[in-house]
Amino acid sequence: MSSPSLSSPAVGDFSPEAFAAHLAALPADVPVWWIERKRAAYARFTDLPMPGPTDEAWRFSSRETLTLAGFAPVTATPVAGAAAAARDAAVPALFSVADATASLTFGDDRLVARQALPADLASRGVVVATLQEALRSHPDVLREHFLSQPQKLGSEKFSSLHAAFVQDGAFILVPKGVEVTAPIVVTHASAGAGTAVFPHTLVILGEQARATVVDAFVSPDATAPAGPRAGAFACGANDLYVSHGAQLTYVAAQRWSLDTLSFQLNSTIVRRDARVQSLNLHLGGRQARHESLSQLQAPGAFSEMLAVTVAADAQDFDQRTLQIHQAPHTKSDLLYKNALLDRARTTFSGLIVVDPDAQKTDAYQSNRNLMLSDDAEANSLPGLEIQANDVRCTHGATSSRIDPQQMFYLEARGVTPAKARELLVFGFFEEVLNRLEHEGLHESLRQLIATRFH
Amino acid sequence: MSSLEIRDLHVAIHDKEIVKGLSLTIRSGEVHAIMGPNGTGKSTLSKAIAGHPDYTITQGDVLLDGKSILEQEPDERARAGIFLAFQYPSEIPGVSIANFLRAALQARLAEGEELDATTYYKRLYQKMDMLKIDRKFTSRSVNDGFSGGEKKRCEILQMAMLEPKFALMDETDSGLDIDALRIVSEGVNALRGPGLGVLMITHYQRLLNYIVPDYVHVMYDGRIVKSGDKTLALELERRGYDWVKQELAPAAPAPATVHA
Repeated sequence: MSSPSLSSPAVGDFSPEAFAAHLAALPADVPVWWIERKRAAYARFTDLPMPGPTDEAWRFSSRETLTLAGFAPVTATPVAGAAAAARDAAVPALFSVADATASLTFGDDRLVARQALPADLASRGVVVATLQEALRSHPDVLREHFLSQPQKLGSEKFSSLHAAFVQDGAFILVPKGVEVTAPIVVTHASAGAGTAVFPHTLVILGEQARATVVDAFVSPDATAPAGPRAGAFACGANDLYVSHGAQLTYVAAQRWSLDTLSFQLNSTIVRRDARVQSLNLHLGGRQARHESLSQLQAPGAFSEMLAVTVAADAQDFDQRTLQIHQAPHTKSDLLYKNALLDRARTTFSGLIVVDPDAQKTDAYQSNRNLMLSDDAEANSLPGLEIQANDVRCTHGATSSRIDPQQMFYLEARGVTPAKARELLVFGFFEEVLNRLEHEGLHESLRQLIATRFH
Repeated sequence: MSSLEIRDLHVAIHDKEIVKGLSLTIRSGEVHAIMGPNGTGKSTLSKAIAGHPDYTITQGDVLLDGKSILEQEPDERARAGIFLAFQYPSEIPGVSIANFLRAALQARLAEGEELDATTYYKRLYQKMDMLKIDRKFTSRSVNDGFSGGEKKRCEILQMAMLEPKFALMDETDSGLDIDALRIVSEGVNALRGPGLGVLMITHYQRLLNYIVPDYVHVMYDGRIVKSGDKTLALELERRGYDWVKQELAPAAPAPATVHA
């Protein structure tokens, strides 16, 4: 970390010295290309300005509370002692999946626990590894797919920062024709308070493969009063590559501590006749920006993009999505639901782009906000950019309040107003959560959501 | 033995007085029917007792076991033992009947006490069997897309699970075909007993063939104008509400005397 006088707002604590310390802490045998990419990414990060007032991609965003200062990348000085113990204790208390087939748990970007794949799946070529392992075992696949997609939603600065400081993460590869029925679970835990983490998950499904992958992001809420380095920083990326005819269910459950500034940058590629269902659950963070890009690259591709957000207290959630139809007969279906309480704020900005030859595109985009407080604020910016003439594209955004008749009905059964509101929020989310086929996962998410109400 | 005493109750909605001085006492084990033409204040009475925020009580009192409930919120009244069976139950998409009832029962437990899931489901299934409700119902959303009969059965199921001291049944027979009416009535009859008092609000005598009341009251223009036993209902059926109106026409009646 650098002294304040040396850092500019566009670099913050991610100074050249901090980057040099990060490089110095890398294992000695990482490939040269990995280090070169990191250097290039760091240069790009320092070149790019912080989002400005005229950036369309940051319209309605709370730019004034974006900061890169106050956080130390934990790769140089690992979190230890009581903070690490609190971090590791928070994981099972917040999130668990009953029947995971394999799991990786990272504590501040270092592997702290794992559940190995069953032998039969491993023998068929399924890989659930860390990035550090994959750098040695699958360098070519990693080099081809690692952060290979363009950043089209405004956060190139932060994706560059991620690439520069990423320490470790998950590498999941399911080869052609292999079906993994139970979820593969990756947990990224952070100790919070003054730390910066760069969680990464890369999922690659071969032709006709099937898998369910869960990314969970958790950190313990601070119980001590806020100090000078009380905040936390998380800048994660998750890239999904789904080959011909493959089917991926991807769930990202974000429950960072409530003082975290979080970026979550997702990119999905859907090939011919492939099907992706992604569900993002947003619960934590002081300010959390999520960008999700779906590229439908070949006929028959289908991307279902789902999100559920509980925005409470003074939380600020910023969600940017892009559905790009690059081939005919492709389908995308986006449903983002937000429940807003207290003084919370949400922004949804979604764009559907249909390329000129992507005829017979079927695209849908919907953002629905349930307002539980007069002081909450929901912004919606739905958009279409259609260059083909034979398509079906619909989009819409709605905001509604809790129905007083429903409230009275629940209260007339003895349910307290607070619990009644919680039930109605769960009811509102159920339309989204119900789309998950996996019952156990559905229940895990419900329990995680409940932590925001008690 | 519990009592629900309605004492000279006046209820207004949007500054318009609907209930105009109604007095009635119900004791555990009794079934009272209130009959009357449309627009006479029957539904207003039941919603006001349950604490609906749209209704203002301008005068009078409602006492449960001698204590006024008017200062209590709707959920407090419910936990104290008042149950309103809605004429038009709300649909709550995404909230399963099982979760809803669980939350309602959990709310009745002391802080830190947890509802036992096994016992809960056992009891729920037993009540559902009694009401001839398919067990698959538990995972359906509350009243969401239900037929009129299903909604009313769902109300009775809730009543069976929550075991109130007093049930206010608002036009429970409305929208029911004869089979549904029979099932719902059988349910109510099964719940009848020394621990439950019932105030049954209905426009039609038909319901009273299935749920035989101990007392019948005729409500007109915001007041009870006639009280009697079940034969009063039959007389009303024969002579129509015009008979009551005509009887009242010459002079304003003294407030109806109710059984002491």
